[in-house]
Amino acid sequence: MLTRLTIEELGARFRRGEATPSQAAAAYLERIAALDGRVKAYLTVTRDTALGQAAAADARLAAGRPLSPLDGVPVAVKDLLCTRGIRTTCGSRILETFVPPYDATVVARLRAAGAVLLGKLNMDEFAMGSSTEHSAFFPTRNPWDLGRVPGGSSGGSAAAAAGDLAAATLGSDTGGSIRQPAAFCGAVGLKPTYGRVSRYGLVAFASSLDQIGPFAKTVADAALVLGVIAGADRRDSTSVDVPVPDYRAALAGGVEGLRVGIPAEYFIEGLDPEVEAAVQTAIAVLRGLGAKTEGVSLPHTRYGLPAYYLIAPAEASSNLARYDGVKYGLRAPGGRHLVEMYGRTRAAGFGAEVKRRILLGAYALSAGYYDAYYGKAQRVRTLIRRDFQQAFERVDVLAAPTTPGVAFRLGEKTDPLQMYLNDILTIPVNLAGLPGVSVPAGFTQAGLPIGLQLIGRPYDEATVLRAAHAYQQATEWHRRKPPLDPAPR
Amino acid sequence: MDKLETVIGLEVHAQLLTRSKMFCGCSTAFGAAPNSQTCPVCQGMPGVLPVINRSAVELGIRTALALGCRINEHNRFARKHYYYPDMPKNYQISQYEEPLAEHGVLAIEVGGTPRAIGIQRVHLEEDVGKLVHEGALETAPSSTVDFNRAGVPLMEIVSKPELRSPEEAAGYLRALRTILLYLGVCDGNMEEGSLRCDANISLRPPGSQEYGVKVEIKNMNSFRNVQHALEHEVRRQGNALGAGEQVVQETRLWDPERGRTVSMRSKEYAHDYRYFPEPDLPPLRVAAAWVEAIRAGLPELPAARRQRFAATYGLSAYDADLLTQGRALADYFEAAVQAQGRPKAVANWVLNELLRELPADDDRAVAACPIPPQNLAGLLRLIDDGAISGKMAKDVFETMFRSGQDAPSIVAREGLTQVADAGELSRVVDQVLAANPKVVEDWRSGKKAALGFLVGQVMKATQGRANPGLVNRLLGEKLPTG
Ligand SMILES: [Zn+2]
Repeated sequence: MLTRLTIEELGARFRRGEATPSQAAAAYLERIAALDGRVKAYLTVTRDTALGQAAAADARLAAGRPLSPLDGVPVAVKDLLCTRGIRTTCGSRILETFVPPYDATVVARLRAAGAVLLGKLNMDEFAMGSSTEHSAFFPTRNPWDLGRVPGGSSGGSAAAAAGDLAAATLGSDTGGSIRQPAAFCGAVGLKPTYGRVSRYGLVAFASSLDQIGPFAKTVADAALVLGVIAGADRRDSTSVDVPVPDYRAALAGGVEGLRVGIPAEYFIEGLDPEVEAAVQTAIAVLRGLGAKTEGVSLPHTRYGLPAYYLIAPAEASSNLARYDGVKYGLRAPGGRHLVEMYGRTRAAGFGAEVKRRILLGAYALSAGYYDAYYGKAQRVRTLIRRDFQQAFERVDVLAAPTTPGVAFRLGEKTDPLQMYLNDILTIPVNLAGLPGVSVPAGFTQAGLPIGLQLIGRPYDEATVLRAAHAYQQATEWHRRKPPLDPAPR
Repeated sequence: MDKLETVIGLEVHAQLLTRSKMFCGCSTAFGAAPNSQTCPVCQGMPGVLPVINRSAVELGIRTALALGCRINEHNRFARKHYYYPDMPKNYQISQYEEPLAEHGVLAIEVGGTPRAIGIQRVHLEEDVGKLVHEGALETAPSSTVDFNRAGVPLMEIVSKPELRSPEEAAGYLRALRTILLYLGVCDGNMEEGSLRCDANISLRPPGSQEYGVKVEIKNMNSFRNVQHALEHEVRRQGNALGAGEQVVQETRLWDPERGRTVSMRSKEYAHDYRYFPEPDLPPLRVAAAWVEAIRAGLPELPAARRQRFAATYGLSAYDADLLTQGRALADYFEAAVQAQGRPKAVANWVLNELLRELPADDDRAVAACPIPPQNLAGLLRLIDDGAISGKMAKDVFETMFRSGQDAPSIVAREGLTQVADAGELSRVVDQVLAANPKVVEDWRSGKKAALGFLVGQVMKATQGRANPGLVNRLLGEKLPTG
């Protein structure tokens, strides 16, 4: 079954002539048609685009001229990445009809590498949320248990990767939105260093925190995708011109002698005992492979969540100001004058979570409160960054749980603050701009995936991926498949 | 209430002469079809990011150096938020806490008194678009937006509140505009909006260190407007304070039709701009070496040039001042002097004849002058050589200006060469004397004015081509003494 294969395996079949990109695209489209009605990972399936791109890839591969290891590989992207000529909704009513005339740089790079675009994936509206219940269109479901959330905000991307509804996907991570749903869905999810991947064409939530990254079935596949999308971009001044290593090659070498730090503050009260046990076991596996583990302290961790919930909404309130009904997207009828049109449009176009954060952010930035809130949060951010710097003087990589618990039931968390706690172990990494990955590290007795988070130095995705790959080579968790497949006929 | 002291500060917005916009590659050319010079970036579409235009920064540094400012090595952009349909993102990328440059000074002279006005800051920002209403705003059935201007680079130059009269404010604006033109950073066109000015004005008892309640005046698009609006506001605020009323802190618009300022919005509803550092742009580091390279390339500025013109060319301070009002005019003058050699003669022709046709401070008009400086020099050489008279030269000048041809070809084509041949003129003088015996008699009887009539008749007979000196000499010789 082509949809079960990793990118590496699929590429090998293409090159041996045992399968074609068109066959792979057709297999994925068929699987989406059969199963996505239950998972609801996709907002838009771009069937014609996919088949056209696959046919072009067929020709290249037949001629022995693949563009990259991703040539002909069916992928899908979160619906906040702009796709030329394909609607890009951000999971919001206000952009329901928005069709960008440009590709995000990562999308352009995927196209240039020959990847085949299956469609656009569901998400929490404007990437605000931890469950993908805040999509304006419908919630996505966890492929391991359709009554549970896939995590968020890249829930569609995580569910699609985990459920074999795409060979790999892209998501975005502002406070954990790649790693947390990867953990909930049992996929590999990588958030690169801030600046490593161009944000051009990523519809902004919080500009200083957002980063695009891959979801994949294996660490090796994530490395392949990162290799295609990473690198400086003249259109994004915050992207950094640091050489992009060959991530696939960097996986070799194992963890013999690697210094792994265990941050005490990440094993918090309230951590699900099953999660804690699985992560401790994972750390023991790394130790068994030759890594040296030691305890480290990140003393300002507990200030990460409050700082994040000032900085991210502040930037969001600014980034979302452009959705006013004047230029594109939704315009609510009936306003008698301009201000009323703005008000009605934004009232109708934004969901509750987005409105909550716009209000919070506007307040935090307003004159008289700026220093007390936004300014102070930025100073906390500096302290958190310094904590990591000090830890990385002693260790090469940090290992911790990705989330305090496992996927919860749809509708279970009604208190926003309870929801926000999901990201408590991922947020500090965004505040510090570091690379982090979540890899499958076990299951609860109820059969729900658990994630191990590995965090690295700035621009050192290679080490993070190498440690994660070594762990994956020694374990089988990533090979388990969710019980999605239709009963055999 | 003339015992109150006037306190004025000016905020001048200058559109920078870059080819492309502040944060994208779109053209900044004026007058293109609506929205034809836009892209996703300057339209503020979802997901796009700004990239700083290096050339705009360079022009800003150039200006700041000319104004003696300190360049901030570390400066950055911020977002300034307010809702308006011509603002694509509903925030404007501007500079706030860490501007490009601070603490400069502009020397001005008003009514013969030199003054040094402090410059608070020079910063960069993007312009917004333009709303186009179908008919009057209140009744317009529809309104559209043209984003061609959105993202055009602007430089804001903020003075300290050190101007003490509307006249000084106008003088400051004039001096600043001249410097911008010299630097080639702005075309200075106030009608097209490439130079815009807002003023803050308040009154206070003389000697007071406190400022009065200030009023902001917008919408002044000429030097006259600035001066008149401020004069009106001095009277209005003076009357209010004199009557024991409070001046309301507000923004007012200048209505040139009615010659008064009108309230635009009360500051009670003033915006809270919610500034915060632009996260999409890393801080801009201005290396000292870059600043020094720009400094090395600075042109001679108007004040220095004025002094040099007076010293080197022996011109009066007044003439030197006029000739240096625009860089193009000063360049024109110097080029003509180079080609002809007599600075005073050139200055006279430029000031008396050329400036009748062209405004001194309009560089574009001067640069497009149909008489290139070499051709003016050529005309003056014809006078020097005695080929044409000064009076004839003025007619030739007019023809040159209209046709763009050079003086020798016009003179040759119209047969305008001066009659300087004594023999030929002598015959004409004889004829005139013979034809006017009555006038000759008047002259002999002491009516000296009769000579003028006879000169005129000779000129008329030669169609103005006679050399006046020679005519006078011949008449002196031929008229009977009495
Ligand atoms: Zn543009």
